[in-house]
Amino acid sequence: MNPPQDRVKSNADRAKPESLRELFVFFSLLALQGFGGIVAFIERGLVVQKKWMTREEFLEDWAVARTMPGPPAINMSIVIGARHFGVIGSIVSVAGMFLVPTGVVLILAVLYAQFNDQPQVVDALRGMGSVAAGLIIATGLRLLTALRSNVMGVTVCAILALASFVLVALLEWRVMYVLLLLGITACGYAYWCIQTRERSA
Amino acid sequence: MGTLSIAMSWDDWLTLIQNFLLLSAVAMGGPLVLLPEMRHLLVDTHGWLTDDQMSASVVIAQAAPGPNVLFVALLGWNVGLNNGSYGWAFFGAAALMIAMLLPSSLMVFSTARWIHKNGHKPGVRAFKQGMSPIVVALLIASGWTLANTGTSSLGDWPFWLVTAVTVGLVLWGKIHMFWLLAIGAFLGATGLLSVA
Repeated sequence: MNPPQDRVKSNADRAKPESLRELFVFFSLLALQGFGGIVAFIERGLVVQKKWMTREEFLEDWAVARTMPGPPAINMSIVIGARHFGVIGSIVSVAGMFLVPTGVVLILAVLYAQFNDQPQVVDALRGMGSVAAGLIIATGLRLLTALRSNVMGVTVCAILALASFVLVALLEWRVMYVLLLLGITACGYAYWCIQTRERSA
Repeated sequence: MGTLSIAMSWDDWLTLIQNFLLLSAVAMGGPLVLLPEMRHLLVDTHGWLTDDQMSASVVIAQAAPGPNVLFVALLGWNVGLNNGSYGWAFFGAAALMIAMLLPSSLMVFSTARWIHKNGHKPGVRAFKQGMSPIVVALLIASGWTLANTGTSSLGDWPFWLVTAVTVGLVLWGKIHMFWLLAIGAFLGATGLLSVA
């Protein structure tokens, strides 16, 4: 992990949204592509396509977006909007996420009332669900690489990640308990690591 | 799916909106987690929605592009339809969606701003660094859960294969994610995945 001064410098010449319009269009397109989970598209859009942030920075912001109440993807758009344009940026980002998709979903609701007994419709949705699951898993695996620079070290990160996955996916614990139990432990340990490193530096 | 006919007073709407404002503030990990509470409120306690309308709202929002939280708009939409008109449906959709987003968004906005300002403090860095491996695992876990939804028997292996191939193509391929979804829909619709 870079010391803070370096990060400030690298932030200055990083690509960023030029206008509210660009922000709105970006999030509208994301939302319209995002079936079954926008997170896969957000990560790709922000880190790979727009290069508004590094994968490490994305993960740090995602940690905030994911631990606060509300849908993580929407929270992420609020964080990004606020960073570049303040309150207006957040409002524009959320509007981008919702304006067009709300229209689409209402149209689908009216259509669904007529076609919900068609097996093809049900099977097509299942097929898309399986792909969406793959998109989300792949995004998670890609984000694992951003843990290499984590202050806690690769081994501890791997143990924490594995334990969280087993508890939530396999043992079906409530996410809230995992965040409390492992989250507080991890933050405490990370704090200790940061202090130790700064003392030895 | 709208067979219910109800007449809601302004007090009823107010109760409904208040409840969703509260739910928003406690919606850790996304609103889908609160589905049981919403069902209790809308179906059991007040009878503003049918069970079928409840599940259809979730299914449609997940099938549609856009944030899954739009199922809340559909809940409001259906309550409005039950209340007699498309006008009420639009009102219900807007009211519930805004109620569901406003408190959590305000909390996120102020927290994000504070964290950004204090990003250099050891406590803030410890929070971000400590939470990182856990939230990544939660992401993979939610993909895992989604892959499991509707694939209950071993005969559903083609759906698992689609998920696995998707992971491989995203990580090592160049194909755009949107096309992967389209292919998934096509394979599903043609019945190729339902071999068992």
